[in-house]
Amino acid sequence: MIDLNSYLILSASVFVLGVIGVVTRRNAIIVFMSIELMLNSVNLTLVAFSSFLGDATGQILVFFVMTIAAAEAAVGLAIVIALFRNKQTVNIDEINILKW
Amino acid sequence: MVNIEVVLFVVLAVLFVGSGIMVITRRSPVLAVLYLILNFFALAGLYLTLQAQFIAVIQIIVYAGAIMVLFLFVIMLLNLKDEEKLIEKITARKVLAVGLSAAVMFEILYIIWISTPGIERDVAKAEELGRVEAIGKALFSDFLFPFEVTSVVLIVAIVGAVILAKKKLD
Repeated sequence: MIDLNSYLILSASVFVLGVIGVVTRRNAIIVFMSIELMLNSVNLTLVAFSSFLGDATGQILVFFVMTIAAAEAAVGLAIVIALFRNKQTVNIDEINILKW
Repeated sequence: MVNIEVVLFVVLAVLFVGSGIMVITRRSPVLAVLYLILNFFALAGLYLTLQAQFIAVIQIIVYAGAIMVLFLFVIMLLNLKDEEKLIEKITARKVLAVGLSAAVMFEILYIIWISTPGIERDVAKAEELGRVEAIGKALFSDFLFPFEVTSVVLIVAIVGAVILAKKKLD
């Protein structure tokens, strides 16, 4: 029998992998993928709690997180395309027009 | 005696973490997407070990099927020629960032460690909960309003994506 802590530790480690990806990578698309990693690891936590506590609310929340992730991916990738059209790069170090 | 449940969990966990590491270390975005799909399949397997069948199925259909195809399409559309300009260098700042992330991880692990709930799982009840029937009932009764709001969010996302990706606004 796998206990709840194993799932929590697993999900925490993948969440931190996502954080490392976001703060170290410069390719905007890979930064997006790291955000997906983080969203998914949190989903694992929610499903684990839902299953262990015997409450369906966690799985409903995962359903909504997936919907928001789909919306976020569509808008985010549209932003990447718009940026690439204007600057011919997806390197986030060169996309700094909001910085002053 | 080796428990099949433990073996399954360990294999899926290694796949989950290993493909996660591959996602953040690959230079080519296409390879990263493929490893991310592997990651999602491992996660769907983990959901199945938790008796969340519905979530496991939509994980594969929505994430691995739809969102990842979107990622692949965008990578294909962008046709990155200046790949060599994107070569990542290991700088002091990045080492610090990884160190800080590791610190966050140890904080989370410490919190999990000191707050061990030790909940016993009722597998039969969990199996009951993970079915489409249970989720659908909750979704269309207690969570009807959030469910309807979701459709507004999706239509905003569609309009936003079309407007952002359009060449010229007129």
